[in-house]
Amino acid sequence: MSFHCIVCIKQVPHPGHFSKINLDPVTGAIRRAGIPSVLNPLDKNVIEEALCIRERFSGKVTAITMGPPQAREVLEEAYALGADEGVLLCDLTLAGADSLATAYTLAKGIQKIGKYDLVLCGNESIDGATQQVGPQLAELLGIPHVTHVVEVNWLNEREAVVKRAIEYGYLKVKVKMPAVMTVVKSINTCRLPSVLDIMGAAGKEVQKWGCCDINGATECVGLPGSPTRVIGIVQVESKRKREMLKGSEEEMAKSAVKRLREYGVI
Amino acid sequence: MAQQGEVWIFAEQRDGNLMTVSLELLNKGKELAGQLSTPLAAVLLGEQVDDLAQQLVGYGAQKVYALENKKLKFYQSGAYARLIAELIGTHRPELFLLGATMIGMDLAPRVAAKVKTGLTAHCSDLYLEEMQGQKKLIAAVPGWGGNFVVKIACPKATPQMATVRSGVFEKPAKMQSGNGQIVKIAAAITSEDELAETVEMVESQPTGLKLEDADIVVGGGWGFQSVGGFRLAEELAGTLGGATAGSRPAVDAGWVKEDRMIGSSGKTIAPKLFISAGASGAMHFTTGFSKAKVIVAIDQNPKAPIFEVADIGLVGDLGKIIPCFLQELRKEKSGV
Repeated sequence: MSFHCIVCIKQVPHPGHFSKINLDPVTGAIRRAGIPSVLNPLDKNVIEEALCIRERFSGKVTAITMGPPQAREVLEEAYALGADEGVLLCDLTLAGADSLATAYTLAKGIQKIGKYDLVLCGNESIDGATQQVGPQLAELLGIPHVTHVVEVNWLNEREAVVKRAIEYGYLKVKVKMPAVMTVVKSINTCRLPSVLDIMGAAGKEVQKWGCCDINGATECVGLPGSPTRVIGIVQVESKRKREMLKGSEEEMAKSAVKRLREYGVI
Repeated sequence: MAQQGEVWIFAEQRDGNLMTVSLELLNKGKELAGQLSTPLAAVLLGEQVDDLAQQLVGYGAQKVYALENKKLKFYQSGAYARLIAELIGTHRPELFLLGATMIGMDLAPRVAAKVKTGLTAHCSDLYLEEMQGQKKLIAAVPGWGGNFVVKIACPKATPQMATVRSGVFEKPAKMQSGNGQIVKIAAAITSEDELAETVEMVESQPTGLKLEDADIVVGGGWGFQSVGGFRLAEELAGTLGGATAGSRPAVDAGWVKEDRMIGSSGKTIAPKLFISAGASGAMHFTTGFSKAKVIVAIDQNPKAPIFEVADIGLVGDLGKIIPCFLQELRKEKSGV
């Protein structure tokens, strides 16, 4: 038996530079020039979960991402972490996609990859954070989905019982493969890649597919395939006092505590 | 002229109780339905939902689509999405609003993909605006780099869908006698629906201070990287008798658990005092505590947008400022 796990990963702006991101005042598009990019932090746990499954059932792990040419960096990182194959969906026509157009593109890419048993995604990315791509991908692939997955108990290669978090508790869901699961941070602890893996990843090929390669309909991808539209940006006026304290750390702390007492909140 | 489609809200029930966010949506839905001159309807699924349907009418629903089957007792991702999509196909609602709960966020995107429409996540406001002669739903979502909201519309496809966190809209008052129509539907379940099947629901109240109930909350962000983790935030919260919370980067770093995440995809809180430490202030985060009475911000970048939304700002190294803060608070406690 060989189990094929596909992991959907994403390149995102580095969380330490979030304050430098701004929006184009006309189009509403995210402007992130000069901001370093990283693998979405949760995606390390996604890859880790796939590696655990490979150890259990044997088989392979394919990482797939959609993005500009530099998004191949996250596939290289996936190789270093232990993925066997990497696919980059990259085409100018794919730009401006909302969650539905993204899910469509990923579904087309996954269908081109061929047979698979499980698609794993992060529950949400650190930037867009809509949580929508996983369930939409499952719908477009015509397979079941489970989100917010905190624990997977395999009954066999075709079936698992998973715990998925809800507010103050969990649901126990019995799910048949193939399926889409979106996982949360607490599902596992990531191992560190070995030096050999990192070195081995360096020269590895990444498959790069455009819209035609995946047989994507141009009206379903990118901006044309996105039913939602950013129509503007509104600045919100801050009603806060915005008092900046001055002095050394001790002095600032002293004034802050004094103020908080005056406000009656401590 | 074709009649305007209805305004729908998803009435989420767990163990026979309606979620508060669903009632909040009824309130907003009523306003929007009034402006569109169309009925407000709730979509309710469960095992036996007569009581809940009556409650929804009492809270202002003019119509309740009540889908019953013993297999709908728990949330079922396949069956719920298919049944709702079929109902949408039959009745063609104009708007469909869902609570951004951990179940609503699972259901809404699958439904949207089934009926090929647009969905906006975690909205901070909803209103109608005229677009090409038609009143369209504008969903406001937090933007990047400070105090911006992004306006998102779904100009062509229907229903226009959005998810909204609990606490964004007010809960409506319960009326003495509601006047609404309950449309009961016996729902059939298919074998395909059961490829993913919820077999059990376990609910447990959290131990310790609930984040929503805490008067004082210390929320930390990525900046704690520089001081090697979250210990100082915990110490500060402990000294103040408050709770800790975190931004998405802090959760992803493993310092705080998901259920303590603040922001557009986490919780919305309104404590007396919120201290933000080491978070730059992306609106994804700040929208989660914008209703706090007093906000203190600590960050090393004087230009960080967090200072725009704070009452008191302290610029500097967390590793130095928080210990000074602690020292000052302890002095006070011991009356020195």
